Amino acid sequence: MAKRSFRVWRGNSEGGEFESFEVDVDPGMVVLDVLHRIQTHDANDLAIRWNCKAGKCGSCSMEINGKPRLSCMTRMNSFTDDETITVQPLKTFPVIKDLVTDVSWNYQQNRKIKPFTPKPLEADGTRRMYQEDVDRVQEFRKCIECYLCQDVCHVLRDRDGKATESSGFVGPRFMIRVASLEMHPLDAEDRIPELRKEYGSGLCNITRCCTEVCPEHIGITDNGIIPMKERVVDRYFDPIAMLGRKLFGIRRRTKSRSEGSRSEGSRSEGSKSEGGES
Amino acid sequence: MLDVSEIQTIDHDVMVVGAGGAGLRAAIECSARGCSTGVISKSLLGKAHTVMAEGGMAAAMGNVDKRDNWKVHFRDTMRGGKFLNVWRMAELHARQAPDRVLELESWGAVFDRTKEGLISQRNFGGHRYPRLAHVGDRTGLELIRSLQDHGIHQGIDFHMECAALELLLDGDRVAGVLAYWRETGRFVVFRCKAVILCTGGGGKAWPVTSNSWEYTGDGIAMAFDAGAELMDLEFTQFHPTGMVWPLSVRGILVTEGVRGDGGILKNNKGERFMFNYISERFAPETADTEEEANRWLAGDKKARRPPELLTRDEVARAITAEVKAGRGSPHGGVFLDIASRQPAEFIKRKLPSMYHQFKELAEVDITKEPMEVGPTLHYFMGGIRVDPDSQQTTVPGLFAAGECAAGLHGANRLGGNSLSDLIVFGRLAGDGAASYIEGLTSTPKAQDDQIASGVRRATDILNREEGANPYLLHEKLHAVMSKNVGIVRQKDELEQAVEELGELRAEVATVRAPGTSQYNPGWHEALSMRSLVITAEAVTRAALMREESRGAHTRLDHPGESAEWVKYNVIIKRGADGAVEVEKRLKPEGPPHLVAIANAKIEDLESGKVGADVD
Repeated sequence: MAKRSFRVWRGNSEGGEFESFEVDVDPGMVVLDVLHRIQTHDANDLAIRWNCKAGKCGSCSMEINGKPRLSCMTRMNSFTDDETITVQPLKTFPVIKDLVTDVSWNYQQNRKIKPFTPKPLEADGTRRMYQEDVDRVQEFRKCIECYLCQDVCHVLRDRDGKATESSGFVGPRFMIRVASLEMHPLDAEDRIPELRKEYGSGLCNITRCCTEVCPEHIGITDNGIIPMKERVVDRYFDPIAMLGRKLFGIRRRTKSRSEGSRSEGSRSEGSKSEGGES
Repeated sequence: MLDVSEIQTIDHDVMVVGAGGAGLRAAIECSARGCSTGVISKSLLGKAHTVMAEGGMAAAMGNVDKRDNWKVHFRDTMRGGKFLNVWRMAELHARQAPDRVLELESWGAVFDRTKEGLISQRNFGGHRYPRLAHVGDRTGLELIRSLQDHGIHQGIDFHMECAALELLLDGDRVAGVLAYWRETGRFVVFRCKAVILCTGGGGKAWPVTSNSWEYTGDGIAMAFDAGAELMDLEFTQFHPTGMVWPLSVRGILVTEGVRGDGGILKNNKGERFMFNYISERFAPETADTEEEANRWLAGDKKARRPPELLTRDEVARAITAEVKAGRGSPHGGVFLDIASRQPAEFIKRKLPSMYHQFKELAEVDITKEPMEVGPTLHYFMGGIRVDPDSQQTTVPGLFAAGECAAGLHGANRLGGNSLSDLIVFGRLAGDGAASYIEGLTSTPKAQDDQIASGVRRATDILNREEGANPYLLHEKLHAVMSKNVGIVRQKDELEQAVEELGELRAEVATVRAPGTSQYNPGWHEALSMRSLVITAEAVTRAALMREESRGAHTRLDHPGESAEWVKYNVIIKRGADGAVEVEKRLKPEGPPHLVAIANAKIEDLESGKVGADVD
């Protein structure tokens, strides 16, 4: 057991300041354990949001020594022995109290996205998808909605540094949510027009800050955002496709990498149009 | 004097308390039936404990092994539950689970696939065939996200970070829910015609648990306060494999999928000890040599299942016995080894979050070394007594589904039967509540004096000048339960616990939380201590009454199953002055056609000698 120094931001929407705590730390502890110890003994009303304590629910997001992290997955032995640990709320969302922020803006973005719309059943009454076709969708569906990617996205921040509607961008979390639907082999909906106009896909300038902080190691930018941007480009800015649409009312269909790599062409007939990934 | 008219009021037809799998599925059903539906959840939407479920959801779809069907699933569930399950619930569950899983797929869920492009199914303890639809080892996340993303477009009102305090009654009927917003600490009255409790169990009464902070027995205690009957609470499942090291993550779940995918348990002598713990009931269907168990893993359909896949109660007891005999691992567990059984790539693909969890939290690479694991309080089989078809409790207008309801799992739940429980009975509860409302001839009205007294009880905690620290009270409760109401129990310890819980209940009545009402976890902790202590006492008194060892309830002073006790449920009810009263009540006999299936030899069931006349 060793004494460690913590600086924890305490306050609410009207302001606040860092409070210092000296805490006994046992081997194997994570930052969230230390915060709980502070809560038990020194500050019963210290506001923290947390649930699973195993990196699966994405509730305990905060900034630890300036970096957006899950406090339940940040081990104390990842710091040097004499390092003071500074803990503060996510910057991009308004503070409610102490380490808890108002993340309701994210739930509003999610509602904007058209829900999954299933294609008809196969002739034998089943729904069939193949593992190689769902792998990339499953990557996006690993998302635990911790909003660390939203926190670091500079496009989302307004003049006060907070996420608001005025940015015109839904943020990386919801770009991959759209990607998970658009790449879903059984989905029949088309979200490309909204992707361009409402979700603001053109605003992301691919700095990859979101990908770097993702605790689930999702390839947010390369596997999600870039393919979505390319679909928008294919639809709206590809002159040949536009001419084709104008003249014949057809939409360009391109096989994705995973679909193109397989020999059984019949399976991929069911998958949706997409461009630019090869 | 408190003016009740100044408290915020929201009207709905149905209030669903809890937004895990059962709550979301129930709300979707209510809304589909045309009810104005509200959901409250203590956490943000999508964070409920369902998110932690790993292995999968059991449904006899027969995608991987064609021999599977609902009758085999039903038989497995009854045998796993040691025949204490409510027959009709086990039947409904086994029959309806496949449709509920396919429904999730039509709402966008993306399960792992078979080669034929269908939903893949994995092996799990107590299930005769590969039966668990899954997504790697994050099935719960897939379930909750699918329901959430579908549910937000169904006209349901979600009230997040809003915690229920009390059920409001009009006579004996439900009339609403008193709750508070965690963010502001302000109170809110939800006036409604029916309430569906989907609040989970009360695992937080124990220190070593896989449960999150939300598991404080709120629904169980609120139903108890409202006069509803509780049932079979002595059956608390200790999952055999929780993490044991480091201390701060002790109890966090290690999915049974590790064993389903080939993982084996070893003691510190390197022995695969589960072969020494095969009970009579399962001996005919369990491999008795390593050679046979290995053939099963290699896909030999004639080989019997390895003993690591016995039901959870049996495996948890075996681990406890090994540790007690001095054959445990350095930190008081045993070794779970998949590294020597499967290639690293396979492990990372099938068990990605286990790999991640051990790497990040314990600095163990599970593709190279064994894990250290031990039992952790995981699940309440018992809970609020419900009607099997409508999920209505004994209080009119009050419904319950999921872990907080009793009946489906009997004395021991099979892995994978919980997620399917949520979607099967969540839907039935929603349907039951909607039908109840249609049949109402007058609208129940919540009483002002009950609202006022509920608010006062909550605010008193903030206003006290002195009183116990809620966190330290919680630690006291942990000590009582882990010492006296653990995996093995006996009379004198249980009596000791009853006495100590009585003292604790008095202390909880005078608990104090410093600070304001705005997002104050100390206050929230103090409020939930009341539910926890009621729940803990109900578990303890039920455990004291049941004088036999069955499933998850093991009495050292009453070893073995008793032919007499299988005929009884333990019913728990609120007595005068809030006393926890227990009663031994005759359990209704099962219908002959179901009894025949549950007791059939597997060969006779599969050849059609038994059960062929049942659709």
